[in-house]
Amino acid sequence: MAQTEEIRGIGHRVRRVEDDRFIRGKGTYVDDVKLPGMLHMAILRSPYAHAVIKGIDTSLAQAHPGVVAVVTGELLAQHNLAWMPTLSYDTQAVLATDKVRFQGQEVAAVIAEDPYIAKDALELIDVDYDRLEPIVTPQRALEPDAPVIRTDKEGKTDNHIYDWETGDAEATDRAFAEADVIVSLDTHYPRCHPAPLETCGCVADVNPATGQATIWMTSQAPHAIRTVFALVAGLPEEKIRIISPDIGGGFGNKVPVYPGYVVATAASLLLGRPVKWIEDRTENLISTGFARDFHMHGELALRSDGTMLGLRVSLLADEGAFHADAQPSKFKVGLFGIVSGSYDLPAVHVKATGAYTNKAPGGVAYRCSFRVTEASFLIERLVQNAAYELGMDPAELRRKNFIKPEQFPYRSATGFVYDSGNYEGALNLALEKIGYLDLRREQEEARAQGKLYGIGLASFTEVVGAGPHKQYDILGLAMNDGAELRVHPTGTAILKLSVQTQGQGHETTFAQIVAEELGIQPEHVKVMHGDTDNTPYGLGTYASRSTPVSGAATAMVARRVREKATRIAAHLLEVAEEDVEFHRGVFSVKGAPDRTKTIQEVALAAYTNFPDGMEPGLEAVYYYDPPNLTFPFGTYAVAVEVDEETGEWKVRRVVAVDDCGVRINPMIVEGQIHGGLTEGFGIAAMELITFDEEGNCIGANFTDYLLPTAWETPRFELYETVTPSPHHPIGAKGVGESATVGSPAAYVNAVIDALRPLGVKNIDMPLTPARVWEAIQAAKAASGAA
Amino acid sequence: MEITVNVNGTERTADVEPRTLLVHLIRETFGLTGTHIGCDTTSCGACTVLLDGVPVKSCTLFGVQADGRSITTVEGLGTGAELHPIQAAFKEHHGLQCGYCTPGMMLVGAALIEENPAPSEEEVRFAISGNICRCTGYMNIVKAIQAAAAAKAGTGSPAAEPAA
Repeated sequence: MAQTEEIRGIGHRVRRVEDDRFIRGKGTYVDDVKLPGMLHMAILRSPYAHAVIKGIDTSLAQAHPGVVAVVTGELLAQHNLAWMPTLSYDTQAVLATDKVRFQGQEVAAVIAEDPYIAKDALELIDVDYDRLEPIVTPQRALEPDAPVIRTDKEGKTDNHIYDWETGDAEATDRAFAEADVIVSLDTHYPRCHPAPLETCGCVADVNPATGQATIWMTSQAPHAIRTVFALVAGLPEEKIRIISPDIGGGFGNKVPVYPGYVVATAASLLLGRPVKWIEDRTENLISTGFARDFHMHGELALRSDGTMLGLRVSLLADEGAFHADAQPSKFKVGLFGIVSGSYDLPAVHVKATGAYTNKAPGGVAYRCSFRVTEASFLIERLVQNAAYELGMDPAELRRKNFIKPEQFPYRSATGFVYDSGNYEGALNLALEKIGYLDLRREQEEARAQGKLYGIGLASFTEVVGAGPHKQYDILGLAMNDGAELRVHPTGTAILKLSVQTQGQGHETTFAQIVAEELGIQPEHVKVMHGDTDNTPYGLGTYASRSTPVSGAATAMVARRVREKATRIAAHLLEVAEEDVEFHRGVFSVKGAPDRTKTIQEVALAAYTNFPDGMEPGLEAVYYYDPPNLTFPFGTYAVAVEVDEETGEWKVRRVVAVDDCGVRINPMIVEGQIHGGLTEGFGIAAMELITFDEEGNCIGANFTDYLLPTAWETPRFELYETVTPSPHHPIGAKGVGESATVGSPAAYVNAVIDALRPLGVKNIDMPLTPARVWEAIQAAKAASGAA
Repeated sequence: MEITVNVNGTERTADVEPRTLLVHLIRETFGLTGTHIGCDTTSCGACTVLLDGVPVKSCTLFGVQADGRSITTVEGLGTGAELHPIQAAFKEHHGLQCGYCTPGMMLVGAALIEENPAPSEEEVRFAISGNICRCTGYMNIVKAIQAAAAAKAGTGSPAAEPAA
């Protein structure tokens, strides 16, 4: 019997299955996990950025009623747990033993019967500190007389971490020698923080009888975390079960292993009771994975007709006290090599240096594929400056230098092979939708009336979906993902994933991929994830890699199931396998379309009436090693007005054209873009983690670390072009981060465009009214107008 | 201190320390974990509940301040199988992603549409400006609250868009 109901596979705006629990308040986030006998942990943190620990007296805290244990680094050292490896082959203190290296560093932990008591007891711990000079800039860190932060590293005499380069220095020098015009930009992409609304935390439950450790954890990468835990704690990997329950946003913040996870697990192991640790907001902002903090110098070489010849970048990375970037191990500054962006740039050279400072460690990719955001920002800002220098329209300069559709696959000067693109198509659509020429006319009129009105563009190219195993690994683990799919006798299915949703809607979209491939309605495909005991191995959800890698694994595992189902259908239809056709859940005989079996009938037969000699069941597993990365792109166009008197700026329009290849669920894709455009706006306008000269963190709560609310956040106008990825099984590319990557440059370009008549060339983010006002005053003073 | 609180229509008594925050009373004592904690400083609104029908941030009130009063949490929004219009609209209009801010957003939205049966976009944006969402960019939340208002007033349905 042929199915008449349309299969809601790829391209359908399927409402999300996960919403049913969230709208009823029935999600299970880590703080909702309660176990019998559970204890609560609170962490004592350093008030100083740099200080020697002369002694820690825990006696009063130990004696406080309700306190079960106080854990110090000394105690952990007895179990070889005082230090742990980072994701960048460095080490990080779990609890400080010798000295503290950033404000907020973990010094001791109290385990108590009640969370209030645990916090009370923190105040009873007496730590004797001897303060040292704090280093709050990487420039100071690299001066010869700077105190050495990492005295724990034998023979370490400076604060230098790495030098790294990519591209061809000589070819770039030659390109610059031929140039008519060279434009440059110095900018600091500031330290910011992903600040998911749910902080990090865990509940560790080590069973003293069996040695089984079950850890509920806010992790974007449960399988990788389990492997790291096995290495850190020396526990057999099968004795560790990581469960990532519902996660209240991640944005990269929940990729690393944090000291609190290790201490809670060690405490549970030592005490034989479950231990819960939940960060408060300040702890989250001052101690967990920050993002960006790149001091960048970029130079673009062009001919006077606008042809781009070469790009030279040097950057200095402020890595904090421990080098803990979460990124592929062969790439010290992540995928920053994508810095040539959407342009056919024959020569590129990037050199990077990393330095230790007395700040929190853990450069994570805040809604970004490993430093792509910094790269995209730099090139898109440089292109606008170049257009001004040449007297060209910024749109025209972009158009002239775009990689053309016929050039794909395109090998960039730093070695990326772009899979597909139509950059001019996206730009043209954005210009048309925002009414670019009309806006430029309005701008002229506004300027004539002394108003500051600006239009900014960003034509970004992202690189996501790490990645092919030969180039992409984390601590040696290939960045691949698995999927397992079983079709039950009644024709419904369960799909198990190695990736972990934090709001992306995997339980809906991955079911749609199966629906597309097998013709089973998405509501009949249950998606499981986040439990290392019950899902296949894989590296997790970050860097927009779920759809490119795990989405591909899902399509491939469904095809593997379909192959077997086809053999069973041939048996049921009594024809040769080659004579069976499949369409939307129905197997039919070629030339006899009325002879059919549905996927449901085939599934039942797989357990009841399968051919002799065939293995029963309808189930498969597939591990996907992507042949290449995917390269989403788009153009964002932003119009702003700036108040010259106050420095305030208001967004009038945001038009976003995204091309992420094939869209699995357009509703969810649009939601992702809305979110990314908002976080991009926050980064451009207000989000900032900074430090005073003593190393005190400014931005340690939501009254200092500002996030966009509904009141400031612009309205977005979204459009799409579709250029499928040629190597991805369903042509999809990944979209979760495009808007955070692409939009900051568009906002900033718009503000700088508005201020152009005053002679303002650059303002470092965030573009707070104070900074904009100061830039206006400085420009006026310089031109003698003030 | 012994207190009595009407929680989602049911009288509950509890013996609490005076310093216990309302959010902990709700989550730990009453076991209603749909109310979340996001910032501890009254900035984010994840802990929003209705106190006598008015949205409050439960991380900045003591449990004892709820003595003799009524609280509505997300668990009290619908009635059994029946969803409140705001819940249906949040799902229909993709007004949530990770779900963490959602209970607070829905409660603010529910209170708004009680007061104002047809709020403008600006009125909705102002009403929810004490609640932070990191995922959605707010547009679909605004749309959902307006759709819920229309559904409640009988002037439209939150399921007005085609289902697929």
